[in-house]
Amino acid sequence: MKFSKFKLCLQLFCSFFKIGLFTFGGGMAMIPFIQRETVEKHSWIEEGDILEILAISESTPGPIAINTATFIGYQKAGVFGSAAATFGVVLPSFVIISVISLFLKQFMDIQAVKYAFAGIRAGVIALVIKALIKLFKGCKKNLISYIIIALAFITAVLGVNVIIIIVCAGVIGLASLLISKKEGEKK
Amino acid sequence: MIFLELFYTFFKIGLFTFGGGYAMIPLIQSEVMEKSWATSEELINFIAVAESTPGPFAINIATYVGAEQGYEFWGIAGRFLGSACATIGVVLPSFIIILIVARFYLKFKNNKYIAGAMSGLRPAAIALIMSAVVSMSLSVFFPQGISLDAFVSYDFITSVIIFAIMLTLILCVKKIHPIALVGLSATLGIAAGYAEKLFV
Repeated sequence: MKFSKFKLCLQLFCSFFKIGLFTFGGGMAMIPFIQRETVEKHSWIEEGDILEILAISESTPGPIAINTATFIGYQKAGVFGSAAATFGVVLPSFVIISVISLFLKQFMDIQAVKYAFAGIRAGVIALVIKALIKLFKGCKKNLISYIIIALAFITAVLGVNVIIIIVCAGVIGLASLLISKKEGEKK
Repeated sequence: MIFLELFYTFFKIGLFTFGGGYAMIPLIQSEVMEKSWATSEELINFIAVAESTPGPFAINIATYVGAEQGYEFWGIAGRFLGSACATIGVVLPSFIIILIVARFYLKFKNNKYIAGAMSGLRPAAIALIMSAVVSMSLSVFFPQGISLDAFVSYDFITSVIIFAIMLTLILCVKKIHPIALVGLSATLGIAAGYAEKLFV
């Protein structure tokens, strides 16, 4: 590997390490950091590209942070670049959680902590509802969306395997697109 | 072999989660609780821990579950190996898929079939999180199961009050940080716990 490419990989690693270290809550909370590091500081990508990269990250499985890191890393320095960026964004969480897991169980045995987590558990539900509202706002509001939401919700509550539900929803989405296309052609 | 199982399970979780973050909860619930790697209560506790530490939620939970399971199997060495297997497992599907997508960027960008599948996957992710909210609420508000007594118990009433305060804050204050919410609900929880000891 050429030295210049090695240096670029190292820069990718450092930038995404910082992104991983300073974002709490993950996902969309990362956008401002990604913007600062990749657009303003290193001009690896252009301002407008961010939205496209996010759209791709959202329409592929897995955490948005990983998807974005892999994508930008690949565009800048190929497979090595994507590996460097992905490793960088994962490493801070990995180290921090590894350390926390050493004493989390003992920590949970303290009475005050037990009380604290009783409160936190109630708060967490509110946090998840917040994420839910955000996702709902970003979702297309048409009849098929509502039908899928209703069907997926009922089957999930009844205990149907989550993977089956996801695959079926993808197929229904695809089928509805093909049907609407055919009807469009008829007209 | 627990390490292979960790890798495989989190690979599956990484592969079938669209939208990231909380969209993972339903699949994590069904996979992790089914294998009794964690109880519902532990998972909800850990969501708060993941919210209060940096990095993507998926990585945090994979690292944690991997460390705990690996430790039971192989001690300290297993702790590291387990967390590495689970984390690599959850990252790998995204990594491979994005590499392919990045190669065929322009084709992918304008692909109608992918857009069609996504139009079904987004609402499904919403529904799955809704069902996660239902099962989480049951385990938080009714840890002993639903009964008439449960509705008048001290724990139920304080949990509902804390939940209501948090939800109001989230809906009314736009830019409130998740850590602030975790901190506040922890404080309220501690206050409620000691108040019960003193007065009830």
